[in-house]
Amino acid sequence: MISPRYHREIPQRYRLEAGKCKGCGNVSFPPRLVCPACGKNEFEVVRLKDEGKLLTYTIIRVASDKFFGTTPFAVGIVELNDGVKLTTQIADVNFDELKIGKKVKLVFRKIQDEGKSGLHCYGYKAVLV
Amino acid sequence: MRDVAVIGIGMTQFGELWGKSIKDIFVEAASKAIKNAGVDHIDSMYVGSMSSGLFVGQEHLGAILADYLGQTPIPATRVESACASGGAAFRAAYFEVASGASDIVLAGGVEKMTDGADVTDALATAADQEYEVYQGVTFPGLYAMIANAHMNQYGTTREQLAAIAVKNHRNGANNPNAQFRNPVTLEQVMNSTMVADPLRLLDCSPVSDGGAAVILCSMDIAKKFTDTIIKVKGTAQASDTIALHSRKSLTTLNSVVTAAQKAFKMAGVTPKDINFAEVHDCFTIAEAVVYEDLGFCEKGCGGPAAEEGRTAIDGKTPLNTSGGLKSKGHPVGATGIAQIIELYEQLTGQAGKRQVKNAHIGLAQNMGGSGASCVINILEAK
Repeated sequence: MISPRYHREIPQRYRLEAGKCKGCGNVSFPPRLVCPACGKNEFEVVRLKDEGKLLTYTIIRVASDKFFGTTPFAVGIVELNDGVKLTTQIADVNFDELKIGKKVKLVFRKIQDEGKSGLHCYGYKAVLV
Repeated sequence: MRDVAVIGIGMTQFGELWGKSIKDIFVEAASKAIKNAGVDHIDSMYVGSMSSGLFVGQEHLGAILADYLGQTPIPATRVESACASGGAAFRAAYFEVASGASDIVLAGGVEKMTDGADVTDALATAADQEYEVYQGVTFPGLYAMIANAHMNQYGTTREQLAAIAVKNHRNGANNPNAQFRNPVTLEQVMNSTMVADPLRLLDCSPVSDGGAAVILCSMDIAKKFTDTIIKVKGTAQASDTIALHSRKSLTTLNSVVTAAQKAFKMAGVTPKDINFAEVHDCFTIAEAVVYEDLGFCEKGCGGPAAEEGRTAIDGKTPLNTSGGLKSKGHPVGATGIAQIIELYEQLTGQAGKRQVKNAHIGLAQNMGGSGASCVINILEAK
């Protein structure tokens, strides 16, 4: 059984669904109940662009127990072409190629396993383009 | 609101205190503070703790610690603002005295981090669980991303960050309560194990056990207990987005900028009037960024300032004379109170080999997460 907590985030993690404020047009990812830009609370669902650029990054050498055995892995902050920013792992990368400003694309990948049952949890990761 | 004074301090050794429980640690620090202040009672107490639930499986910390301190039935509340919990507890105590609701209040902080919890996972709860931590990012990782962005934007160097660790270890070597009392060299920092590029082990504050407590009272009764009056001159707190990625800038901590402006305004001072400061150097890059965001210099100077000695004990603005989180240790909830204790020791001339000359006004900056919470307190020797 997939936990309710994981299930709630599926529209964002699988389909990059965000909330566009009907008042000011600000896009929140994940969607929110109150627009942080104008305070209004009506939104339409929009899908984020899946391409953008790397604003910063690091290579995690020491992780929490949940990610034991997966180190080292790269993580970065990506600004998508619609202006939304998010934190994501950077997959399939030679660490020497990482550089601020590089173009990236979001892809669908396994992120972690949930609990002792080892259920796979999925979401987005970035790859260099 | 009425004026408030700090009249007593107490803390434990910071470090790996295998033989002591969270209760033992807090009671030791609080008892020392009560004795040091010379008060015969306290009206209430606030305890800062980031995550006693995850670290030792104990919540309801206010009550259990009041019980073991022998202080029931006074009001006792645990305050949580991640790594800024201690600073937030101090503010809560300040307002209770300033409002006139109580005359004598204890502000404490405690963390017991070495009882076997997954510390990296527990600390990461200060970030956005679903949209930062889910991806595997850690706290060293978040500050490493700030460091890379700062290096890219301002040309901050690896050596400059290492100079911050070297300075703080040099200071901590003269602090009897510090976890690490060994100086380190630039080479040792630069060659230590990589944790999250570009941050290495000796850029990171350690995992620590420890407790700290101070006694606050109204200014009009402070003279009954002590001749050295330390006044709370300014206090402020601010928040920012929980996720680092949600911010307009990755190299400016807006909670620090906002809290600093408010605290300076309340105190009626400017950065130039601050003789020394304790800042939240959970990682070396944090000290550099906070130094800039407090207004001690323009953006980008945080790295060069340490390298050129401007933040050393004999520099223009001594930072982290206690050794900072880096060398003194970082039992998370206790840190904000331990900063106040260093201010108190400096302002009362008790800092020994760490003593700053002409220390009249000191500032403590305590922050939570990647800067989503910031508490600033300014103290003055009257």
